[in-house]
Amino acid sequence: MNSSNSIDKTIYAQRLKRKPRIDEAIIQGFLFFCGTFSILTTIGIVYELGKEAMLFFADPQVDLVEFFTGTQWQPQLYNFGVLPLVNATLITTFFAMLIAIPLGLSVAIYLSEYATSRARNLLKPTLEVLAGIPTVVYGYFALTFMTPLLRSIFGRDIVQIYNTASAGLVMGILILPLISSMSEDALSAVPRSLREAAYSVGATKLEVAVRIVVPAALSGIAAAIIVGISRAIGETMIVALAAGAGPAFTFNPFKAAETMTGHIVRISGGDLSYGSIDYNSIFAIGLLLFFITLSLNIISQQIVRRFREVYE
Amino acid sequence: MNERGIFGKQSVNNLPQRHRMALIWRLIFQVSTIVGIITLTALLYNILNSTFGYLIIETKINPASLNAGDVPLEDLTKDALIRILEENITLGAFRTLQRDLPFEQRSRDDVFDLVVERVLKPDVKVTFSLVDSLFKRNEIEETLASSYPNGTLVFRTWLTPRFLITPQASVPLFAGVRTAVIGSLWTIAITILVAFPLGVGAAIYLEEYATDNSINRIIQTNINNLAGVPSIIYGMLGLAIFVRALEPITSGSLFGLVADPSTANGRTIFSAGLTLALLVLPLIIINGQEAIRAVPNSLRQAAYGLGATKWQTVWHHVLPAALPGILTGTILAISRALGETAPLVVVGASTLITLDPSGPFSKFTTLPIQIYQWTARPQDDFRNIAAAAIIVLLILLLTLNASAILLRNRFSRRLV
Repeated sequence: MNSSNSIDKTIYAQRLKRKPRIDEAIIQGFLFFCGTFSILTTIGIVYELGKEAMLFFADPQVDLVEFFTGTQWQPQLYNFGVLPLVNATLITTFFAMLIAIPLGLSVAIYLSEYATSRARNLLKPTLEVLAGIPTVVYGYFALTFMTPLLRSIFGRDIVQIYNTASAGLVMGILILPLISSMSEDALSAVPRSLREAAYSVGATKLEVAVRIVVPAALSGIAAAIIVGISRAIGETMIVALAAGAGPAFTFNPFKAAETMTGHIVRISGGDLSYGSIDYNSIFAIGLLLFFITLSLNIISQQIVRRFREVYE
Repeated sequence: MNERGIFGKQSVNNLPQRHRMALIWRLIFQVSTIVGIITLTALLYNILNSTFGYLIIETKINPASLNAGDVPLEDLTKDALIRILEENITLGAFRTLQRDLPFEQRSRDDVFDLVVERVLKPDVKVTFSLVDSLFKRNEIEETLASSYPNGTLVFRTWLTPRFLITPQASVPLFAGVRTAVIGSLWTIAITILVAFPLGVGAAIYLEEYATDNSINRIIQTNINNLAGVPSIIYGMLGLAIFVRALEPITSGSLFGLVADPSTANGRTIFSAGLTLALLVLPLIIINGQEAIRAVPNSLRQAAYGLGATKWQTVWHHVLPAALPGILTGTILAISRALGETAPLVVVGASTLITLDPSGPFSKFTTLPIQIYQWTARPQDDFRNIAAAAIIVLLILLLTLNASAILLRNRFSRRLV
């Protein structure tokens, strides 16, 4: 009797001890693998882009200084200056921001400060629809609507069929919902008490919005704008369709010029042989693009983390 | 009193001016919002405007000269049509058609289309937008009479059931999106198969298992950064890894599916699907994390209290509760993948595919790529089929998004 009792006790003690569960460990291992897979992706991007870009820069006919300062990109003639591509990217981004920042902020302020909840429930999904349309559709829109519009306003002699302004403006429409929804989140996060305090000293609705709420949400708004810029720089299909094929170093937004992304798409869309200088050169451009957008995204995250006003 | 109040100079005295400013800016904010809506309308208007409209078509051969008696071409029997076809195209071309599909098995409409395509060879001279077709009928007829005396005026609806079931062709009048839609579906299927388990697994790991150490923080930051990487970069990654380095796998030659290994080509549906999977992975993870985080802690504690292991808790309690949220996020990620063009162009979509893709190792084209290639052509009639294809794509996306919203609504009702 006594002995069987003690056996029971040891069995219970063993059961209570933490058992090594192999199946649980396997599952946890698999889940950890899933988690690290994204790191593998990043390593893959940096390694592959870096490797091919290295091959490109190792070519005796390519000069690192010329790459960053040259104003001609003619692979047939071994002129590899990336500035024309970067310049076109900057022009389209500038035009995109010209539309997206003022409109996006206005929409955000309107939705967060002015709109009734009924209007907001109607407008927000509509803007989300705008954000969900594939970029190639915007490319079609730029080519068949915006370009003819610009040509009819400024004249057919001034505006070429393919031009950076049209691509940039349509890109602005694409990025508008991104900036407006991120900024609206930031504006809505500003506590009510701040607004009420301002009203109590006699501020108008505009003054509350512009002088109290917007400054309080500035970090979020800045982050939204930077993410928008990063998105504009990486945007591909609109510029591939509407901005023109062929690098050109021009500051005239009504002329055709190829952006970094547009160039990558055009070159890789043709029949490309691995290891050729063309093949390697697009990886060099891709690496540059990756680092530009990555640093912009990191800056945006830092701004939110560093300058966020935490209330209560 | 302070002359410079916080609301500007002499803030008490200039009250009317301040109210005027408030009104003006209120209008500006409202107008900006309306501009956004107007753009959306303009976009849809522009697409619909190109999907319907009059065409001026000139045929190489006058239909009346086809020696079919007095019967118009449309009313001829199948046999008569086959005879016309036999008389007017070369023997070789006729035999090729016979070899593709014997004439006995072809339908009358199919043969009729062949006669139109091979014998009449219609050529689109001018296309008119829907608005012009409706309101400027007279001008269109004048153009027809003055510039194209041999032409016929046809009202064409570009988006038809036929457009959906015919494969791609080099002539817009006979082209369809069948191959592109099937290619899109194959690609998306592979994307889901790869990205869903990996993404949900990562989300579970980060929310349920990960402790706050440096590795896990790096993983989290990394995922947030990956979500902001331009899609074209993923295309280049796919080109370097899936198409080139893993060519034996992605071309299917490793599995003996390619007869001659030297012709193996990694530019397949499989590569495209994997590339898109990498692209949407961060989105699925981030959305999945949010869904899992929203599951109340009491659920987990109740499971632990009954002696469940960690995995039992996650599998039987957390995941079912988070599933609608996870699925919503996944559907949104899928609709992103469905509309993605740039990475697939880089990975190497084929330009002209007339045969249905037969499996993951076929060459591919997808709907957005088709739209891109058609839009890039300078001819007007390619723009028309691009517009029709855009409508097909938008309807697909709308269906996906609507199902996501339905899921979300069901989920939020259950929480209450």
